[in-house]
Amino acid sequence: MTLPLPKAPAPQAPQCNERISGPAPAPDYLHAERGVMSWLNTRDHKRIGLMFYVAVLAFFFLGGLFALLFRLELLTPNRTIMDAPTYNRLFTWHGIVMVWLFLIPSIPNVFGNFILPIQIGARDLAFPKLNLVSFYVYIAGAAIVLCGLVAGGTDTGWTFYTPYSESTPMSLFPVVFGVFVLGISSILTGLNFIATVHMLRAKGMHWRRMPLFVWSIYATSIILVLASPVLGLSVMLVGIDHVFHLGIFDPASGGDPVLFQHLFWFYSHPAVYIMILPAMGVMSEVVPTFAHRQPASYSAIAFSSLGIAFIGFLTWGHHMFVAGISTLDAGIFGILSMFVAIFSAIKVFTWTATLYKGEIVFNTPLLYFFGFLFLFIFGGMTGVAVATQSLDVHWHDTYFVVAHFHFIMVGGSVTAFFAAAHYWFPKMFGRMYSERVGLLSATAVFIGFVLTFTPQFLLGNAGMPRRYYSYPAEFQWLHVLATGGAFLIGGASLLALCNLLVSLRTGPAAGPNPWDSRSFEWLTASPPPKHNFPETPVFDRSAYAYELSEEESHVRAFPG
Amino acid sequence: MYEPSLGEQFESLERQSTALRFGMWVFLASELLLFSGLFALYAAYRGEYGQEFTQALHTNTVAYGTANMYVLLTSSFCVALAVRDIRRGAQRMAASWLLVSAALGIAFLVIKAIEYGVHIHEGALPGPYYRFAEAQTLGGNRFYTLYWVTTGAHALHVTGGIGVLLWTALHTLQGRYTPEDHARFENATLYWHFVDVMWIFIWPIYYLA
Repeated sequence: MTLPLPKAPAPQAPQCNERISGPAPAPDYLHAERGVMSWLNTRDHKRIGLMFYVAVLAFFFLGGLFALLFRLELLTPNRTIMDAPTYNRLFTWHGIVMVWLFLIPSIPNVFGNFILPIQIGARDLAFPKLNLVSFYVYIAGAAIVLCGLVAGGTDTGWTFYTPYSESTPMSLFPVVFGVFVLGISSILTGLNFIATVHMLRAKGMHWRRMPLFVWSIYATSIILVLASPVLGLSVMLVGIDHVFHLGIFDPASGGDPVLFQHLFWFYSHPAVYIMILPAMGVMSEVVPTFAHRQPASYSAIAFSSLGIAFIGFLTWGHHMFVAGISTLDAGIFGILSMFVAIFSAIKVFTWTATLYKGEIVFNTPLLYFFGFLFLFIFGGMTGVAVATQSLDVHWHDTYFVVAHFHFIMVGGSVTAFFAAAHYWFPKMFGRMYSERVGLLSATAVFIGFVLTFTPQFLLGNAGMPRRYYSYPAEFQWLHVLATGGAFLIGGASLLALCNLLVSLRTGPAAGPNPWDSRSFEWLTASPPPKHNFPETPVFDRSAYAYELSEEESHVRAFPG
Repeated sequence: MYEPSLGEQFESLERQSTALRFGMWVFLASELLLFSGLFALYAAYRGEYGQEFTQALHTNTVAYGTANMYVLLTSSFCVALAVRDIRRGAQRMAASWLLVSAALGIAFLVIKAIEYGVHIHEGALPGPYYRFAEAQTLGGNRFYTLYWVTTGAHALHVTGGIGVLLWTALHTLQGRYTPEDHARFENATLYWHFVDVMWIFIWPIYYLA
């Protein structure tokens, strides 16, 4: 681990320290044990979360770098800096790295790992050793994928569509095998979260009292456990086909390539909700904290998460409207897909209603929330549009779809990832980040994002297909805008990262509850001790009891 | 003797055992979805090729599949006896039953290998290697391709299951499992039952009808 650890936090205000940690405060999880081995061999969910943090951040910037490179290529209608096969590789690498190495594990494995056990009053996850195994399986999977990328790379796009993927001359097998291994890591982590939520809730933490972030990670875990094996299977079959030419999906030997699409999207559509549900969970924590108000409806947010997890399994056909499925099927899949919009809208309205008459404190995480809200609504509404058969036939495989899913995945998940990184930074490291730089980078991420992807809606609507190397000259100004925006996102992300890294060393001590939140993770010291709480909490209030004073809210979690 | 291994995140051994069993069931749900993908492929190709597909199915030798069905069912019975024994503290007996089950698992693999040998000899191979005279059709090709993939995936699970059984038997002999603390032991047997149940589904659709 080369993470620059914060120095032991400066002594906090004495009355605060005494109230939170009792007479003899235990050392925090960062300093409880020392040495590299104490990290590599740790069972502590917080340390494992932090190791995932380092890994997914590295892959975020790697995937971003690939995007910047091919955006540079797209500056001019024909060759700019690379040839077409390299361009094909780059957009494939961008998709694979971003989807499987960053987005899927990002919020669950980093913040879910770190925060979820604390929020339900547990000392750790149910299976700490399995959690560590999941990390190493993830690293192994990532290494295998990267080997594939280095050894020639692949040019199929992240979707590995057959029959092309079975005959591409590039190296496909290591990539799909790596994705299979990453799926195992996802399953182990999801399994661990489900068991933890069922088995390790502290006394008084009944289901209807669970923090909303826990609900969303729980819903995500169900998808991880049930959908990942199908994806692992289908991409492995493609890999086997590529090596041994069994033609499982190859029409030349009687196979059916559309079957692959069915299996692939049976996972990969729910996978979209693996990316967005945790993001919604983060926002459901950020909004009450910075509005100092309980959510307008707790059950609306909690149950819409489960609704999305459930309905997400029944919508995959909307990726295949032009793949020869019947009009009736397409209509059914279209309508089922629109249900997702209903559940999402329930959340959007509930968050907004929570802000109404709240005592709003305008900090970086909340600014990310506003960006998220705008991008998510825009992305979601265009999602309803592409779920409509007649419109989708026009937009299918164009930049319109690219813009739509980036609005959700990047505009939704990445802004939520940054929001979480800032929101929980004081808890994880015991220090505050610079609010001014945070607000600046959040604004820049948002502007960069709108600049990158709004032109892509226009491009797609004008008929520019996705993944094309060259394009007619009249599209150039839109591509230039998109490339500029992409660089702005890259710069703003670096700025946000630097802000956090610098604050690790120089930020002022945060204290246990810098945001004056009522959520349970803020009850313990920052950073938390190894086993999260000095005594096991007994919850006698909700996680959003803003009607209570901080003193009282503390007593009603630690009656002892 | 081993002390009961209570993780510090659990308040009681009982809770930990429940969590371990619960975790295993969640894992099996995930495994089930893996095989569901293969069954979905089967259903799709059977629907697509109809007659040709079923014709090829009837060229498969029922005796091998049925023999293996009995072998696995017997081994499942043995792991059930093992659980009964560990619950009453008879560790040596429990370990012996696990070893018998593992031996039956190996017998399954041996029978499977013999059967694969016959297939290879007859040319009932997947994809482009398919030269099976009795069903020279695309549907036959599809059937045997899926047959190899599905039974291959299952055989890998059997191999893994044998490893788990042997590992658990070793730990049982070391005295790690007691009547109060044997959730991991039960999980191993649960996994073995799962492997068996999958064959109960593979056997009829690849051998009988």
